[in-house]
Amino acid sequence: MQATNILLLLFGLGVLAFYLGRGRSLAIAAPLGGIRKLHSLPSYYGMHTAFWCALPSLILLALWMIFDDPVINSMVIGAAAAEIAPSDTASYNLLLNKIGNLADGVLPRAGQTGPLLAAADHMVSLRQISRWSLTLLALVFSAAGLVLGLSRVASGFRARPAVEKVMQNLLLACACLAIFTTLGIVLSVLFESIQFFRSVPVTDFVFGLDWSPQTAIREDQVGSSGSFGAVPLFVGTLLVSAVAMLVAVPVGLMSAIYLAEYASKRIRTFAKPALEVLAGIPTVVYGFFAALTVAPYLRDLGSSFGLTVSSESALAAGGVMGIMIIPFISSLADDVITAVPQSMRDGSLAMGATHSETVRRVVIPAALPGIVGGIMLAVSRAIGETMIVVMAAGLAAKLTANPLDSVTTVTVQIVTLLTGDQEFDSPKTLAAFALGLMLFVVTLLLNIFALHIVKKYREQYE
Amino acid sequence: MNKSADNLSKIKRSLTRRNRAEARFQWCGRVAIFIGLAAVAVLFVDIIGKGHGAFQATYIKLNVSYDQDLLGIENLSDPEQLMMGNWDAVPKVALREKFTDVSGRRDKRRLNGLLSNGAGFDLKDRLLANPQLLNTTESIWLLADDDIDTYYKSWLDGEAYAARLSDKQVVWIDQLHEQGLIRLQLNTNLFTRGDSREPEQAGIRGAVMGSLLTLVLTLILSFPIGVSAAIYLEEFAPKNKWTDFIEVNINNLAAVPSIIFGLLGLAIFINFFHVPRSVPIVGGLVLTLMTLPTIIITSRAAIKSVPPSIREAALGMGASKYQMVLHHVLPLALPGMLTGAIIGMAQALGETAPLLMIGMVAFIVDVPGSFTDPATVLPVQIFLWADSPERAFIEKTSAAIMVLLTFLIIMNTSAVWLRKRLERRW
Repeated sequence: MQATNILLLLFGLGVLAFYLGRGRSLAIAAPLGGIRKLHSLPSYYGMHTAFWCALPSLILLALWMIFDDPVINSMVIGAAAAEIAPSDTASYNLLLNKIGNLADGVLPRAGQTGPLLAAADHMVSLRQISRWSLTLLALVFSAAGLVLGLSRVASGFRARPAVEKVMQNLLLACACLAIFTTLGIVLSVLFESIQFFRSVPVTDFVFGLDWSPQTAIREDQVGSSGSFGAVPLFVGTLLVSAVAMLVAVPVGLMSAIYLAEYASKRIRTFAKPALEVLAGIPTVVYGFFAALTVAPYLRDLGSSFGLTVSSESALAAGGVMGIMIIPFISSLADDVITAVPQSMRDGSLAMGATHSETVRRVVIPAALPGIVGGIMLAVSRAIGETMIVVMAAGLAAKLTANPLDSVTTVTVQIVTLLTGDQEFDSPKTLAAFALGLMLFVVTLLLNIFALHIVKKYREQYE
Repeated sequence: MNKSADNLSKIKRSLTRRNRAEARFQWCGRVAIFIGLAAVAVLFVDIIGKGHGAFQATYIKLNVSYDQDLLGIENLSDPEQLMMGNWDAVPKVALREKFTDVSGRRDKRRLNGLLSNGAGFDLKDRLLANPQLLNTTESIWLLADDDIDTYYKSWLDGEAYAARLSDKQVVWIDQLHEQGLIRLQLNTNLFTRGDSREPEQAGIRGAVMGSLLTLVLTLILSFPIGVSAAIYLEEFAPKNKWTDFIEVNINNLAAVPSIIFGLLGLAIFINFFHVPRSVPIVGGLVLTLMTLPTIIITSRAAIKSVPPSIREAALGMGASKYQMVLHHVLPLALPGMLTGAIIGMAQALGETAPLLMIGMVAFIVDVPGSFTDPATVLPVQIFLWADSPERAFIEKTSAAIMVLLTFLIIMNTSAVWLRKRLERRW
């Protein structure tokens, strides 16, 4: 039976168990003088029985789903005839793939050798056994759970605390998913990166000036030595982010100041959501806009001034990215500016300062930590932004600080290295994970620092 | 006396200077807001200007004859004959009958180029739906090729783009136009078909279905988990290091670049758990992890906004803490949570980068029907089309963007409406 069917079956059994448990508690209570004699409400007895019935089987199901494939694979390979037995990991994976495809019926059986077919048949039979034993075990578990749960229903049994305890643990598990996600990210990029740094030294990666991630298919191939110096990527990323910040910070900050300090209520209710529209537009749309409208426009504009602007210039990608970040900065800055106590403004105005002097000399300095935190969050966003640069920035790694030239970024390289077919042990693929590690670490540090500053600032005025 | 007058004039002069600085400062603010709003306007005008044409397609009216011998088919219910049938011949013959003076291989090829490659298959579908048409002749509008479509639309707009057409084709189109045999019709293909290499046959149905399946899975997983986590953190979590650690993690995950989630999905779900590539399941899982922080944070805000008096009243009546939360706090916080969920879903709908990592970028023609069919999603479809060299795809891409933005606008306005309608202020 399919896992989804088992899941549905367990759900149905759980509902059944709920009603059985509730019914039993009512039956127990009736001769004693009604449900007043029960410790908990009848539905809690029902829930308790349902938990006993469904939870153990669900845990079994989850564990089984995780472990059945690897176990079956190793059993198939272990039992395979000697002439097809793999010698190393690469051929192991190849063989496993082939047997798996044969077993799934994706690969036609005609023209395959006998041992392979035997292994495939073995795999099919093992899978069948696994599926049936899972169904059987799940049913046995839930039946046993049901009986146990029902047997525990008694007038003095404290069902509500028991149910609440289980629920508390479920809630805690949901909250801990965030930790597991972080852990998953760290482990997945770290493991692949360590593998990568085994073939390419860390120093070559972090300080190398040449990026051309080619790996040889044959030993004697021309240009076979891939070089993985990531400095051009870092420079490119910083260049694009710097252009974006040059657009976003002044515009975002000034519009936040105007909206918070000067604008009438009517303008504010119109302009604020209109600016937020920019934040809701998917990045792929910005990428399209940058690649097909802004970049050609800048190129033509440049050539009319006699400048050569690349059609994948950092200026186009960065400029559009800046537009995307405007609402991010303006809403964060708006928050911190409105959080500055009115008494400080009143004090400054009472001393005869004009409104703009008050803003520049009192409000902004008071809000500065919050604004800096917001800008740092925006920088981390610009560094991690992918689609705009994938569509509008170049692929060739160039070490340049000229915004009119085409550069490539860390995220662009991750996407180009990882889309399409890939093998998981070539440095080319692993390099993407090393870049991902860099990206994760840098954005994490920026975020932690920024959140810390913002939090501290908030406490200051609360 | 003299000194104070001097001072007064000094102050007056500095005052004009300061007032001018004030005006300048205000103008800076106005300009900044104008730039932001202009960016919104330019973006929308640009996309709509490029994409509105894609909702119409060029069709050519021809007399086609479903000739049995020409098709090489006797029995319409025999799948083998249907497969071997010479469907392309029908529109070709129809074109040659229309332009009888065309001779020479190259000209004939150009003539055939007027119609879409798929015209024959459209006729096949029509014939299968109406078997009585076999061996009859009818006059029917057939889909034109994408280059013809581009030219005809640009020509109607007054700036003919004929770079990809031969002179003869231009003449033929002129003739057709004079006879009223070429026209623009509603482009139903855009909404009923999957992806295609031929721009005129490509549609967004597959991508929309893929997005829908992925989002449904994301919602099913992320909303209950997110709400549970928020309830735990707001109502039950003890104040200790572990809780702080969870909170730090959630806040940081909300700011991690989305592409990192793609790497996670690739390494954990695909490489470790062997979930198949390109399917909505793995897309939904990755997007769940990505939207969880958003949903947790907004749900917590919603729970926080429920006043403590409600909690105290429930506890005072003898409710247990769980009864207090489930019966009183949760229903009151639900509108805010739903708003957060819609915003999270809108974010997930527009997300592209992590899905590129997990193989949802493949070229998939079939419309996915289940969570395990290979699929792509709307933003990835936009990315793929934007990368295609054919000029006609620019129009298609913009149209797909318009559809995506429409979905997003609907979701966001419904979130705002929901908040206004259901949220209570205490």
